[in-house]
Amino acid sequence: MSEKPLPLDGNSAAGLLSELFAVEITGASITCDGCHHAAPIGAARLYGGRMGAVFRCAHCENVVVRLVRTPEGYWLEMKGARSLFVQARGD
Amino acid sequence: MLATEKVQPTRKLPWRTATVREIIEETPRVRSLSLDIPDWPGHRPGQHVDIRLTSDDGYQAQRSYSIASAPEAAELLVTVERIEEGEVSPYLSSEVIVGDKFELRGPIGGHFVWSAFMTEPLFLVAGGSGVAPLMAMLRHRAAAGNKNPALLVYSSRSFDDIIYRKELAALAARSDGLKVVHTLTRQQPAGWTGEKKRIDPEMLSRVGFSPKEQPRIFICGPTQLVESAARALIELGHDAGLIKTERFGPTGA
Ligand SMILES: Cc1cc2nc3c(=O)[nH]c(=O)nc-3n(C[C@H](O)[C@H](O)[C@H](O)COP(=O)(O)OP(=O)(O)OC[C@H]3O[C@@H](n4cnc5c(N)ncnc54)[C@H](O)[C@@H]3O)c2cc1C
Ligand SMILES: [Zn+2]
Repeated sequence: MSEKPLPLDGNSAAGLLSELFAVEITGASITCDGCHHAAPIGAARLYGGRMGAVFRCAHCENVVVRLVRTPEGYWLEMKGARSLFVQARGD
Repeated sequence: MLATEKVQPTRKLPWRTATVREIIEETPRVRSLSLDIPDWPGHRPGQHVDIRLTSDDGYQAQRSYSIASAPEAAELLVTVERIEEGEVSPYLSSEVIVGDKFELRGPIGGHFVWSAFMTEPLFLVAGGSGVAPLMAMLRHRAAAGNKNPALLVYSSRSFDDIIYRKELAALAARSDGLKVVHTLTRQQPAGWTGEKKRIDPEMLSRVGFSPKEQPRIFICGPTQLVESAARALIELGHDAGLIKTERFGPTGA
């Protein structure tokens, strides 16, 4: 159907994300800058290998987050995201 | 936002050493491992762990595996299907012996999770080993005494490939609102009167909850099965916001 590799769910990168974020971030809602659709990061389409990850909006396929792990550190790019909402603890 | 931000890692989720306590043969290609993990913090049904294997020459391979046991259970179970030519699953599903140790981190994930406090109908759709995290939900549901309507639609290749077959039958026999619908897509035993096609919109509308009941939906398994089931349920009118998916990758059922 497409040449793109099959995606996983953003949820499956929760381990990688936990290396960076002090809160469980896959439940946080990210708003796509392309279509303004808001959805949990765990519901985004996840492309890429185990060293890094590309999260695409499940609605319009716009890249919302790019995360690359290098030996020196982590690069996080979020120019495709409008905002990130993290719910206060205690739910 | 800044185009690129350099960020410092935190060390919230340590790698721990897991020891294999017990090995359960589930099907000819699938085993469950009961793991002993010091200081395990507990988990929520639907979460997974990352398992990392290191070879003698230092080469590392890391994969995700769902937690199949209920939070209430004493032991932590993962269920692994053998993918021929795979890097990690042949070891975990065939070669591993009791007493083996490997690295594991978890529990991971806050999106694909369910709790027995939720009172809406629970609608689960699984393909092959994708039943693992859904089994954690059903075991949790039974342990917590949740009696709200629940349904598992589960696709396997053949009768002998059904993972947790006896336990699922026992759970469904509790008359606590759970129904299990099996579909056998490649081979059916003589006299099989159940489903035998791939999960499709017709099957889901016939056996499933109606969108009006606003079930919480969890779909897990091979990527293609997950995508076609999610598409079918949206087509039938279910709210996309109530559908949570966990794609396992190309691994087939
Ligand atoms: C969040 C999450 C949870 C998961 N939970 C589980 C679980 O509970 N149980 C479980 O068994 N798996 C689970 N998986 C899948 C698991 O992480 C591995 O992908 C799987 O075990 C294969 O790993 P491997 O190293 O053996 O194969 P790999 O070395 O990764 O793959 C070998 C090659 O086989 C290909 N391949 C994979 N499957 C098939 C197939 N069926 N037919 C042909 N080629 C194939 C791959 O694309 C690759 O080219 C989960 C995945 C995710 C993302
Ligand atoms: Zn979008």
